[in-house]
Amino acid sequence: MTDSRAKALGGLLARQGILVAFVLFMVGFALWNPRFIGIDNVFGVIRSSAILGVMALGVTFVVIGGNLDLSVGSMMSFSAIVVLDLHENPAFGPALAIPAMFAMTMALGALIGFLVGYLKLNSLIVTLGMLSAIHGLTLAYSGGQNMDIANQQATWFGVFGRGTVAGVPIPVLMFGGLALILAVILAKTPFGRKVYAVGGNGTAATFSGIPRARVVFMTYLISSFCVATAGLIQASRTMGAQNTVGQGMELEVLAAVILGGASLLGGSGTVFKTVIGVLILGFIQNGLLLAGLQFYAQFVVTWVIIILAVWLDIAAKRGRLWSPIA
Amino acid sequence: MTDQTPALRLENIVKTFPGVRALGGVSFEVFPGEVHALMGENGAGKSTLMKVLGGIYQPEEGRIFVEEVQTVMTSPLQAKAKGVMFIHQELSLAEELSVAENVYLGELPRKSFGRVDWARLYAQTDEILDRLKVSFNARTRVGDLSIANQQMVEIARALTVEAKAVIFDEPTASLTDAEKVVLFDVISDLRADGVGIVYISHRMEEIFKITDRISVLRDGEYRGTLVTAETDEDEITQMMIGRSLDLSRNAAPVEVGEVALRVEGLSCGDLFQDVSFELRQGEVVGFYGLVGAGRTEIAETLFGLRTPSSGRIFLKDEELKISSPIEAIGHGISLVPESRKEQGLILGMNCRDNITLPQVDDMTAGPFVADGAEVAIFDQYRDRLQIKTPSWRTSVGSLSGGNQQKIVIGKWLAMRPDVLIVDEPTRGIDVGSKSEIHNLLRDLAAQGYAVMVISSEMPEVLHVSDRIIAMYHGRIMRKFGVGEVTEDSLVQAISGIGGDGQAA
Ligand SMILES: Nc1ncnc2c1ncn2[C@@H]1O[C@H](COP(=O)(O)OP(=O)(O)OP(=O)(O)O)[C@@H](O)[C@H]1O
Ligand SMILES: [Mg+2]
Repeated sequence: MTDSRAKALGGLLARQGILVAFVLFMVGFALWNPRFIGIDNVFGVIRSSAILGVMALGVTFVVIGGNLDLSVGSMMSFSAIVVLDLHENPAFGPALAIPAMFAMTMALGALIGFLVGYLKLNSLIVTLGMLSAIHGLTLAYSGGQNMDIANQQATWFGVFGRGTVAGVPIPVLMFGGLALILAVILAKTPFGRKVYAVGGNGTAATFSGIPRARVVFMTYLISSFCVATAGLIQASRTMGAQNTVGQGMELEVLAAVILGGASLLGGSGTVFKTVIGVLILGFIQNGLLLAGLQFYAQFVVTWVIIILAVWLDIAAKRGRLWSPIA
Repeated sequence: MTDQTPALRLENIVKTFPGVRALGGVSFEVFPGEVHALMGENGAGKSTLMKVLGGIYQPEEGRIFVEEVQTVMTSPLQAKAKGVMFIHQELSLAEELSVAENVYLGELPRKSFGRVDWARLYAQTDEILDRLKVSFNARTRVGDLSIANQQMVEIARALTVEAKAVIFDEPTASLTDAEKVVLFDVISDLRADGVGIVYISHRMEEIFKITDRISVLRDGEYRGTLVTAETDEDEITQMMIGRSLDLSRNAAPVEVGEVALRVEGLSCGDLFQDVSFELRQGEVVGFYGLVGAGRTEIAETLFGLRTPSSGRIFLKDEELKISSPIEAIGHGISLVPESRKEQGLILGMNCRDNITLPQVDDMTAGPFVADGAEVAIFDQYRDRLQIKTPSWRTSVGSLSGGNQQKIVIGKWLAMRPDVLIVDEPTRGIDVGSKSEIHNLLRDLAAQGYAVMVISSEMPEVLHVSDRIIAMYHGRIMRKFGVGEVTEDSLVQAISGIGGDGQAA
């Protein structure tokens, strides 16, 4: 009897392991430092997670479609640098800089989508290559310089990163709004259904008359749109950016998506789960900072979390934490 | 026989899945040197029972005995160590590895320092393959083999150890007649060696040919055991589905209408050559031949998955170039493909979404998928095909093999095609549903659909078809008109003798 209860608990742990671990972590930290769940800190975490979150929304589509996107970090740097540079260019100004930057970023997304979708090249190789190629492109574009807005008082550009509506920061609103729209697209439209089908079993999707290449292409286009939005928020918040502002974010984004429960094999995951994953990652990093852990330790912690998430993902499929067979 | 110790004994096994009581206290035994059939409808619990035995599932209740020693089976490796070998219904091979590596997976023969002894590995494997009389060798990459040959690799696996019991879960579903003969020889060798054999199949002729006793499951409950020599098909069917089958074909006179599909001189590399035929509304045309005769490839070409090297395709007298499944579907062609797992289903997706997948673009209310309409379609085909599933939300991967096949058929019927091509439609389907599906194909024809049935089962082809086209090595050997066919002439035509070449 106790045996069956233990088994039920094991099953729950394997299925909802991440959530359970997260709740324990939150409770533990709140007991240790009540400030952790204070309203200010909670909003702070959500706000600082917005940029990562927006990127993770797009990558969710790519991962459910059965592919990876490791180029989002360096693509975000590109967007931020480009939008700042065009903002300073008298021929553009803020109103034209933003659409121009979206077009350029999404052209990169279209290129990746073409290579992975239509030419059927391995997404890991393509996007890893793009990670470094786009970094090079950014450096060439900026001449290696950091970009800054010279006269920060004279522009409305800061609204995307610094503004608030009824006390809610605009980046949080943009994250929330985009999450809602993309959640509806993924869960409720024929296109969303096709993304799951293509990622779940590409051959069967083809046999069902689903244009696999076009669907994959679209997932990368969505991902690059999200990256452009993130780049806009980033540039607007700091009114300036380094060439490397997005460096390393591709792994954090991936961690958030997997934490949320999307399988790296494709075909599963939801936008809502990704949002949870983003928040979990944000709170853990914040908690560790409050605990006085060095900023740099976060990189190690993030890695540990990814490994944990992947392990639990596999364990959930097997229905137990460890198994002698694959 | 009863005074012997059973090789295997299961006692009161209970296993539940979310929403399903798959086994409600089932007992079962097999003696050394006995071939014991396990029968029951799709979803009755046969595979689940054997997976409990093979250490893949842990039962909630019940006990397992190997030679009357109580055992807990915690993993397939452990089951193997106890002498219980398992040939699965769904293939589970590593496609990138060689045949030999698959056969000895997890226990490759070693030399000193843990190095793999390749010479011995290949030699041992080839020895087993010789027994199975197959045309490939130990070094062949498994991914390059046909499904039938992959099935033979699964069987080879079971011959690597001195087994006390071997479980065959629908081993013949994708084998040709010649391969079946080999398999049955292997089984009778094993039986002569005193191995206990559990044999799961929906094919009555096999059951009567090779088994000694038959146990029947129904909805996860044990129904009884029959001695094969003392029973008949009807009694088994009664026990399985609670009624007799009406095997007579609905004898509505065939009213053939216009030509729905016409193919002229179609060739595709060395897969098939110079194939011409026509399919009329209201008729079922059977394509019969050995595996590899080019029938599946013709279907795939008509469905836009292969590009023909020459020849023409007409749909209602209009010449078409079909270069993708999207176009084929647009022209009203449906294909129920050969392999449900690879080509037919998104296993992680729920039942409803699988069925409506090809038409999801049309099932909308505004920009959104219309949930209600989808559920209505699902309900309609669940009832029509008697698909057994706890709900439409259940993921297809957790259905029994036969019910998965029904989902694929439902998916393509739901498209209401003009031309329906079905490739091995009843693979793994129980007797009741099989005759259900045969009737359904006949009904569809009666309603004016043109139906093309590819099958390697002669009784099936003879039963459902109005006309039969026999193929051999990529060529049409003979076309049999209504009422012209006999078993003998069919057998001759598909083995390349006695055919009259490209018939008129
Ligand atoms: N992993 C699983 N998760 C949930 N339900 C399952 C799982 N495996 C089997 N089932 C359910 O258990 C029941 C018995 O399935 P099982 O595969 O044993 O049937 P079967 O007798 O082998 O049928 P078939 O002739 O179609 O192969 C079915 O209702 C099936 O949906
Ligand atoms: Mg089964």
